Amino acid sequence: MILDLVSYGAFFLTMALTFAIICLGLNVQWGQTGLFNVGVAGFVAVGAYASALLTTPDAPGRLGGFGLPMPVGWIGGALATAFVTLLVGALTIRLRADYLAIATFGVAVAVQLCLLNLEAITGGPFGIGFIPRPFGSMAGDPLLFGLLNLAILGAVVVALYLALERLLRSPWGRVLRAIREDEAAALALGKSAVRFRLQAFTIGGAIMGLAGATQAHFIGFIAPDNYSPTLTFQVWAMLIVGGSGNNRGAILGAVVVWGIWAISASAVSAIFPPDQQARAAALQIVMIGVALCAILLLRPRGILGEVQVISRHLA
Amino acid sequence: MNPQPLMDGLISGSMIGLGAIGITLTYSILRFANFAHGEFISWGAYFALAVSGALGALSATLMAPLGPFSFGWSLPLAAVGAIALTAALALLVDALLFGRLRARRGSIIILVMASFGAALTLRSLLEFIFTSQPAYFTNALQIALRLGGGLRATPDQLLSLGVGAVLVVAIHLLLTRTAIGRSMRAVSENQQLAGVVGIDVRKVIRTVWILGAGLASIAGIIAGLLVQIRPQMGLDLLLPLFAAAILGGIGSVPGAMIAGLIVGLAEALTVQLIGAEWRAAVAFVILVAILLLRPQGLFGRPQ
Repeated sequence: MILDLVSYGAFFLTMALTFAIICLGLNVQWGQTGLFNVGVAGFVAVGAYASALLTTPDAPGRLGGFGLPMPVGWIGGALATAFVTLLVGALTIRLRADYLAIATFGVAVAVQLCLLNLEAITGGPFGIGFIPRPFGSMAGDPLLFGLLNLAILGAVVVALYLALERLLRSPWGRVLRAIREDEAAALALGKSAVRFRLQAFTIGGAIMGLAGATQAHFIGFIAPDNYSPTLTFQVWAMLIVGGSGNNRGAILGAVVVWGIWAISASAVSAIFPPDQQARAAALQIVMIGVALCAILLLRPRGILGEVQVISRHLA
Repeated sequence: MNPQPLMDGLISGSMIGLGAIGITLTYSILRFANFAHGEFISWGAYFALAVSGALGALSATLMAPLGPFSFGWSLPLAAVGAIALTAALALLVDALLFGRLRARRGSIIILVMASFGAALTLRSLLEFIFTSQPAYFTNALQIALRLGGGLRATPDQLLSLGVGAVLVVAIHLLLTRTAIGRSMRAVSENQQLAGVVGIDVRKVIRTVWILGAGLASIAGIIAGLLVQIRPQMGLDLLLPLFAAAILGGIGSVPGAMIAGLIVGLAEALTVQLIGAEWRAAVAFVILVAILLLRPQGLFGRPQ
């Protein structure tokens, strides 16, 4: 019984940590730089599919898979997403802020459509299966397998967290913040707002792609349905709840919101009869939506707000 | 080539245009991209469905088809109710959410994010109330009329085109020839200055919501009449709406309608030439092209 609980706990936390990586990516774009990305699901999908293509065994009737080692897939997923993000950013970052939002929304729609229709690459509506899982040879022992997966995801999150904290406090991170707070002043100091924004947008995209890749390898199977606007919405709720601008908040928000999501999902399946469950699942989204709006109104800084002073010289 | 895509494109384009007018008005006057606008389309359609169902239950004669059309008096009556209800919904969302955020004078992008949250909430609420099964105003089948030149259209479709054309002219006249229209344009130019010269900015904002939501509900009713009613219908239209609003030039009502027709025609041609599965990509391609080539849109002014 306890082993079951530990094993479920490991599964839950691993899943939450994959969301935490997406949140960290979004935090670079939104929290640090103020770029509003409404197409998170699309960018995550690019990373997941790129990694799946690179690492799955050769499949008849579809491009690849190339059977490459998993780290290659993860890096490939991050790079592929970085490239897509760079293109979208180059197109819209000079324009008004909400054009970026509209364009990223369009990216999510377009990616979804490509996943469904480019069957020769993406496997169409059925997606891609047989994605190698970390420590797949240990799958016979669910507890050990779960804990090892949790450990590897935990290591990725910690490494990313340390790197991002360093970046945030670096001169580069301070320029981003300066641009977000007062663009004219930053420009007057000779900082190119467009270039810094584009860099931050691309780095955030790469992290989302990495998150997509880790998630795909953890689940072992991906399909277009996994990357619906609901995913974008969940990630936004996580970042806003945890506290945008704060990397620890991004991770905390992912665990909290994923926990609420999991509990409400089991409540829905326990309370409602089977034929009403699809309908009741819509209530889950209503609840998260109301929570998101309420936090924007009542406590815009989230649980852990942004750390105001980041320069160690001012502390 | 078969000219039929022309007719299909014009019809879906007029729906997109009606929705895009609302987007362009909220964008130019309230200054944010409203991701919840698509939901006014879906809610408008479902409001009309509920009201017309209730009217039909009261009196069966209201459901008897009117002349050549597939619907009875219940639908036009329900449309009036749906416009009022959708406008009330928009005002409610503004009072609960957007108005409070505006009062705080925070950044615009927070409004965009709130609209994104409101959109998912409203859509999922519809899914909860009405389930995701498609619904229809009537089950009557209509025979398409031959219009000559190989074009065919049902009476419902022709009526929808007519309604769209009349509404665009009416809104254009409202904006250019009436006092409230001038106030709206003044607020869109400069909100503070408009307030200083005695224009009631809050009244202008209310008018924008009522107009935008009213037009959206008409677009939703037309979409429900010609295609079907689903909770996702607003989400599916959202990208074409934004593409049309930006292509037409933010703030331009005739621009939004013409651009809506362009998007609709492009979609119909894509279905004809490439395949129906790529239809949803058309709006994205148009959006990317316009952002690359002329971000101010066809009829907009450069920033």
